[in-house]
Amino acid sequence: MTSLFEINAGFLPLLDSALLVVAEARGFAAEEGLKLNLVKQSSWANIRDRLAVGHFDVAHMLAPMPIASSLGLNPLNVPTIAPMALGLGGNSVTVSPALWDLLVAAGAPSDLSARAVGAALKQVVAARAGGEKLRFGVVHPHSGHNYELRYWLAASGIHPDRDIEIVIVPPPLLPDALARGAIDGFCVGAPWNSVAVARGVGRIATVKAAIWRSSPEKVLGLTSEWARREPEALAALIRAVYRASIWCGDRQNLDEVAQILAAPDYLDQPADILMHGLSGQLMLARGEMAGVDDFFIPHARAATFPWQSHALWFYSQMVRWGQLGHTAENARIAAECYRPDLYRAALSPLGVPVPAANAKVEGALGESTPVGVTKGMLSLGPDGFFDGQVFDPDDLDRYIIAQKL
Amino acid sequence: MLAPDLNILIIDENRIRASIIEGGLREAGHNQVFIITDVKEVGRKVTEIAPDVVMIDLENPNRDMLEHFFSLSRALQKPIAMFVDKSDKASMEKAIEAGVSAYVVDGMKKDRVKPILDMAISRFNAFSKLTRELEEARSELEDRKILDQAKGILMRTRGLDENAAYQLLRKTAMNQNRRMVDIAQSLILAAGLMEP
Repeated sequence: MTSLFEINAGFLPLLDSALLVVAEARGFAAEEGLKLNLVKQSSWANIRDRLAVGHFDVAHMLAPMPIASSLGLNPLNVPTIAPMALGLGGNSVTVSPALWDLLVAAGAPSDLSARAVGAALKQVVAARAGGEKLRFGVVHPHSGHNYELRYWLAASGIHPDRDIEIVIVPPPLLPDALARGAIDGFCVGAPWNSVAVARGVGRIATVKAAIWRSSPEKVLGLTSEWARREPEALAALIRAVYRASIWCGDRQNLDEVAQILAAPDYLDQPADILMHGLSGQLMLARGEMAGVDDFFIPHARAATFPWQSHALWFYSQMVRWGQLGHTAENARIAAECYRPDLYRAALSPLGVPVPAANAKVEGALGESTPVGVTKGMLSLGPDGFFDGQVFDPDDLDRYIIAQKL
Repeated sequence: MLAPDLNILIIDENRIRASIIEGGLREAGHNQVFIITDVKEVGRKVTEIAPDVVMIDLENPNRDMLEHFFSLSRALQKPIAMFVDKSDKASMEKAIEAGVSAYVVDGMKKDRVKPILDMAISRFNAFSKLTRELEEARSELEDRKILDQAKGILMRTRGLDENAAYQLLRKTAMNQNRRMVDIAQSLILAAGLMEP
């Protein structure tokens, strides 16, 4: 028997670590000649720093994180790439029961509508002007959560730095922070919204899928150096995770995915709580259910393809919120962190359909649409920002100017 | 040569470990050492102390928050740099293995910080070996005994199997927002009161 090539992978206890966990637990990694050693971490800074110094070969990473590392926004910066995404969607905005009461009084519906809940929040924020600001938690400054919460607030007429306060709290601690009253709401990935709801300390007000449908969330992150050194292992890993994504995307397997993730080594939460996010049957408040078709998408809609337009959108938000200045060079570095070329090359032996383009106009597809692929058939969308804006990566400069508040 | 005159802040929820690191720093001639054990105080204290060096356990989940705070803080407007520079990965690894990561304000001279970190690492290692693991093992064993006893009571009185008893304890703990071992303790106490 030949021995397996070992890969050390860091992850945070979140539903979208499923693709990596399942790749190992269901044998997809072994079939590609790999052994994945999954190591649970407590903060995104740890994931990033331990990847940078070589403790981890690869990691479950916030999608904007490789961009931030490559652009020099961190204490320790190492060129980091994302040759693959780990699914689309999965986050929610949860608020305290007290804030929810205020939102309902201001007309918030219980259908998760980003526009209507945002309008109610604007009223609540306006009524408190001069008093204590509402405080929202997100998991990291360079996170999809930070950017989508800010996007939602800004498009709802709330200035995220002036009208409210945004603080950083790691995912597993957010339900506690909400229960203590340290924050009034948060934006985080599954299952931590469901955990807060089950404990009766929070109410899901809207979801990522309602703010930006089919939007990117986590990626497979690794240093450029490791990619150069271990091209075969990387290609094998991309295939293993891709096959895990097919398996996770099959509804018949959801129960088993939940059982696997529930284990103490992974998410350490009850399987029924994990099923909410996996199935899209969310519990908004105790006893109140709502279905979101595309809450978390592990495979469909090219959910694992690393679109350079996603990288550029995150970059546009880093500029928008003052994390760095916009230059053509910075934009190029950001786009090139995402590596569709590595993804395509790795998957070609599988003969699966892969998008032929590296970027797309984000928010342009009102319905599911077949797109150009290397072989076979592939549909993208529906996608779209809740305020009807589109992001054309070829028109980055104008988008950045138009978003100035 | 004058002794280095640095403000050093140690953030650690473990008081014993923090004070051991502090001891090492003082022996190395650093007199301005501050300790924060409650991370909620960080905001106020950092503004007061304006540290040149911050030391925090790598496993502290509040690292993300702390980084964010430093990037916003008016007291520390300069960018924060990781102690070990890009060319020196080996000692960075050593620091991380030791569970210490240090953040140094930009402009600090590296040669002034190195002995501090070395001392902190050796103190940290000594401490870890001698006390932390022992203490954790002891309290874990204690907790397990209590849980087992509570499970036994549930299995006897409610006719549950071991797994169901465990699930019930866990669910109750979650619903009440308390630790499982606390729920187990209450159950044992209540069962004791009910005995004939």
